[in-house]
Amino acid sequence: MRILGLFNYWIFIFLMMVGFYTLISRGNLVKKIVGLNIFQTSVFILYISMGKVTGGTAPILVEGEAVYSNPLPHVLILTAIVVGVATTALGLSLVIRIKEAYGTIEEDEIQAEDLRR
Amino acid sequence: MIAHLPVLQVLVPLLAAPLCAVVRSGRAAWAMAVVASWTSLWIAIQLLTLVLADGTISYELGGWAAPWGIEYRIDTVNAFVLLIVSMMAAVITPYALKSIEREVEASRVALFYAAFMLCLTGLLGITITGDVFNVFVFLEISSLSAYALIAIGQDRKALTAAYQYLIMGSVGATFIVIGIGMMYVMTGTLNMADLSVLLPQVSSSRTIPVAFAFLTVGISLKLALFPLHLWLPNAYTYAPSTVTAFIASTATKVAVYMLLRFFFTVFGPAFSFDVMQLDRVLLPLALVAIFSMSLVAIFQTNIKRMMAYSSVAQIGYMILGISMGSVTGLTAGILHMFNHAMMKGALFMALGCVMYRIGSVHIDSIRGLGKRMPWTMAAFVIGGFSLIGIPLTVGFISKWYLIQGALEKGWWPVAALILLTSLMAVLYIGRVVEAAYFHDFPGDDEHDLGEAPLAMLLPTWALILANLYFGIDASLTVGVAGSAARSLLGLGP
Repeated sequence: MRILGLFNYWIFIFLMMVGFYTLISRGNLVKKIVGLNIFQTSVFILYISMGKVTGGTAPILVEGEAVYSNPLPHVLILTAIVVGVATTALGLSLVIRIKEAYGTIEEDEIQAEDLRR
Repeated sequence: MIAHLPVLQVLVPLLAAPLCAVVRSGRAAWAMAVVASWTSLWIAIQLLTLVLADGTISYELGGWAAPWGIEYRIDTVNAFVLLIVSMMAAVITPYALKSIEREVEASRVALFYAAFMLCLTGLLGITITGDVFNVFVFLEISSLSAYALIAIGQDRKALTAAYQYLIMGSVGATFIVIGIGMMYVMTGTLNMADLSVLLPQVSSSRTIPVAFAFLTVGISLKLALFPLHLWLPNAYTYAPSTVTAFIASTATKVAVYMLLRFFFTVFGPAFSFDVMQLDRVLLPLALVAIFSMSLVAIFQTNIKRMMAYSSVAQIGYMILGISMGSVTGLTAGILHMFNHAMMKGALFMALGCVMYRIGSVHIDSIRGLGKRMPWTMAAFVIGGFSLIGIPLTVGFISKWYLIQGALEKGWWPVAALILLTSLMAVLYIGRVVEAAYFHDFPGDDEHDLGEAPLAMLLPTWALILANLYFGIDASLTVGVAGSAARSLLGLGP
């Protein structure tokens, strides 16, 4: 029951590790960005889960509902999502420029190219 | 007007950024950046005077009372850091005009200033805010604009350097958000003052030490603490000269400030040092950073890269001061934030002048430059003296307090290491001096290079003179740093 009750947090840790591992292990610059994205998304789940109140509804005024989820973490994570989008956009545009300058987006080939000249 | 100074500190550069992007003309954007950064400096000076006279200022954003609303809270520590950041921006923007015209395509100049203003906004925001999530937002504003600024560099390696910084920086920032989230789970608040009251009640849980660990790693990535400094050398080497001078003198200082704010104000020195034993992590890393990075700097042939490695070593000095956990050590750390901003800013600006004239900062290409660009190289030499820590420069003041702090603790080997690494700085600065003054110019004499333009030399020399002034009369900086250190340790102003 304990493990099931913490289901969201297990997902958070799993996604975080998947993202982090992808980020570290892949040599392809786009795959690294994908890893970074998964890594950041895992944090969104952490925040959204912590705002949930058992049996609570959406935080809007409705007749007959007294319990509602904490809206603050959700709002915070809206900001973090925007930041994530900006990071991804900037990262991908850098990858495009790197592709134009080096003709490749593989890390080892870029390093070889740098050493050659 | 005076009551709203805290928010204007952030708003002025924030509003200047879109204006710079809209005007499209490089010169007009530059003029706006100069006005905005000098206004920021004026506000920072006003705030520091107010704080020194009346104590902590609390500003409620939008009139929402803390801890629900976002609070800007200014005490001696961040008033001092605000002054460092806005002062460096005010000195560097006039310098940027010529340097950026040379190093950045004309069509991108206005956008460059927009990104520059955003970076300034972010750095000032991190410093001024009293809300931990707001720290993250401003951190990302400053980081994202910094990645863009670095990528503008001429060399294509600037792109990979910016990419690498983006990846490592984002991981660091995400670690910080995880840490903040865990603190929020346990306390239900994001306000720093509120957190510092509520955290001790829950600090025995397992979540808070984990939050502490995430924050430590995240902030260490941002401040380039050895061994998390890998993004720094390339980023500093390939960014445009103006950007290197600005980022080297402000971004890492603000990250060090974040470290101070989280570990002293939010967690409290008792938890950070007695329970988590932060000093046992920071001290060895700082010592390794100081020694190994000074050693690496000696063997660099690109002078910008040499200075970049030296920056990692200098950050080690700041962390060393902080890890002492004593008033003297902390004073030395905070003092070195100010002093290092001035010396590294001046050194990178002098290198920018070299870059402007000869288009390279390789050690072979500056041969004989002492005669060709006497003012630029003299500025570099004095900045170098400051880096080494020769008396009458600010570097000496920092090292003096650091060694005093080490001796107070009875750490003789540490004091010896500080002296040894100063000698290593003599070696790498000496290599540049040797190349510039004791070699003949390789090219023909007909082709005269001449000195860098006055618009670049004057700001550089202004910083050099500040290096000397605060090296001779350190009462202001030492006084403020000392009172900041005491307030961080909770010993009263």
